[in-house]
Amino acid sequence: MFIQIKNLSKKYKDTVAVNNINFSIEKNKTLGLLGPNGCGKTTSIGMMLGLIKPTSGEILIDNKNIDSFKRDEILSRINFASPYIELPKKLTVRQNLEVYGRLYGIKDLKGRIEEISEDLDIKNFFSRKTGELSSGQKNRVSLAKSLINKPEILFLDEPTASLDPDIGDFVRTYIQKYRSKNQVTVLLASHNMNEVEKLCDSIIMMKNGEIIDRGTCKEIIKKHGRNNLEETFLKLARGKNESR
Amino acid sequence: MNLGKIYALALRHLYLISNSLPRIVDLIYWPTVQIFLWGFISKFFTLNSDYYSNTVGIILTAAILYDFLFRVSISFNMMFLEEIWSRNFTNLFIAPIKLSEIIASLTLTAILRALIGMVPAAIIAIPLFGVSVFELGLPLLFLLLSLYLFGVTLGLLVTSGLLRFGPSFENIAWASLFFLAPLGCIYYPLDILPISLQFVAKGLPLVHIFEEMRNILLNDVVNYFDIFKAISISILYFVLGVIIFYVSFYGAKIRGTLINMGE
Repeated sequence: MFIQIKNLSKKYKDTVAVNNINFSIEKNKTLGLLGPNGCGKTTSIGMMLGLIKPTSGEILIDNKNIDSFKRDEILSRINFASPYIELPKKLTVRQNLEVYGRLYGIKDLKGRIEEISEDLDIKNFFSRKTGELSSGQKNRVSLAKSLINKPEILFLDEPTASLDPDIGDFVRTYIQKYRSKNQVTVLLASHNMNEVEKLCDSIIMMKNGEIIDRGTCKEIIKKHGRNNLEETFLKLARGKNESR
Repeated sequence: MNLGKIYALALRHLYLISNSLPRIVDLIYWPTVQIFLWGFISKFFTLNSDYYSNTVGIILTAAILYDFLFRVSISFNMMFLEEIWSRNFTNLFIAPIKLSEIIASLTLTAILRALIGMVPAAIIAIPLFGVSVFELGLPLLFLLLSLYLFGVTLGLLVTSGLLRFGPSFENIAWASLFFLAPLGCIYYPLDILPISLQFVAKGLPLVHIFEEMRNILLNDVVNYFDIFKAISISILYFVLGVIIFYVSFYGAKIRGTLINMGE
């Protein structure tokens, strides 16, 4: 297993955000992280990104505890994109990619920016300030930033939230293509069930900080006797906790 | 430390400045206004005070040095706040950059921002008021070094507060320097303060810096021991500031505030 999460918990004063979760992701596979708002998805991703210190438990990457890596060593191998975080608005798209490319120590930065901007079709607004872009354009720039270092592990938090169906489909198709061409392990948190079905090899469902179900999309839909993932999600989100 | 990464983060702030004329004007505007304001006050005091009759522009020199401290500190805070305002905080802290490199980058960029404001202001003061801060000679460099270290320290303490308390600590960022200004004896000698406050004030590098500045300008004597004392105290505070920053960062990881800072 490339990523292993063992007995991971995060407790704040009176709140248990994540309660003793266990899961793993095989190399070059995509795992979907599903659950209602406040179920602990963002906290789990935050712990894997090293932004939140777990109360207990272990995060292993390539069989090594994340704490045993030097901070910059592990962070250079991963990346993250979310519509809830942004790139500096007053910098142009090119300047942002240049700054982040340098921060990630990319060798042929010019070539990499050229390559990724062509793939994501962002060249025509390269000289515009990031804050002036539409949400679809910002989303693609954010994705470009998250792929600038060719990460081995990519965390995506609702990558198509607030996008129109056309751009949403473009982004999903791009992620799919990118994944098939490159060696990348993906953890995708999303509320878009079609997206999850399209992109994920397996999923875990979280609720109240706990994992309440796991498996492939087909397995979970079948297990709960529903027609699609959306119906299954609603059943799990509204019902009592299922066995883990 | 990786110089490339320090440069990358500095570049982010340099692009921010170079992309916006109002930002450049803002950097120069306030120090220049200070020069005009204190220049006229200084001129008035020079004509009407026995104490200042020997040295034209002693207050103006103090104003320029204090403004340098202010600009360094505010620049450090501003650059950190920019990351919060632009909701770029998470992107920055998941990039493979060490905390020491972030501090180094903000420290280096802060002096650049401060100099963009201070140099034109210091030059304007020469023809306008006949006052040159450069008359302090070589000791000026040491006094600036001490002010720079202390300004960065204040920046570190404020950013630590931002990490600990979140963006609501922003107002403290603006007010931080004014807390210390009365004790810093910037425009008046130490013995103006009550004895009890003199004791506290001596624990700050500002008193030693500005007392020495007056000593040079009034008596034309340089006391390198006092300058050394000012730099030593500044270094001590700087180290303390770095430790507090690291502790605050670790605390923010425990509280989980790094992931939603700015939201």
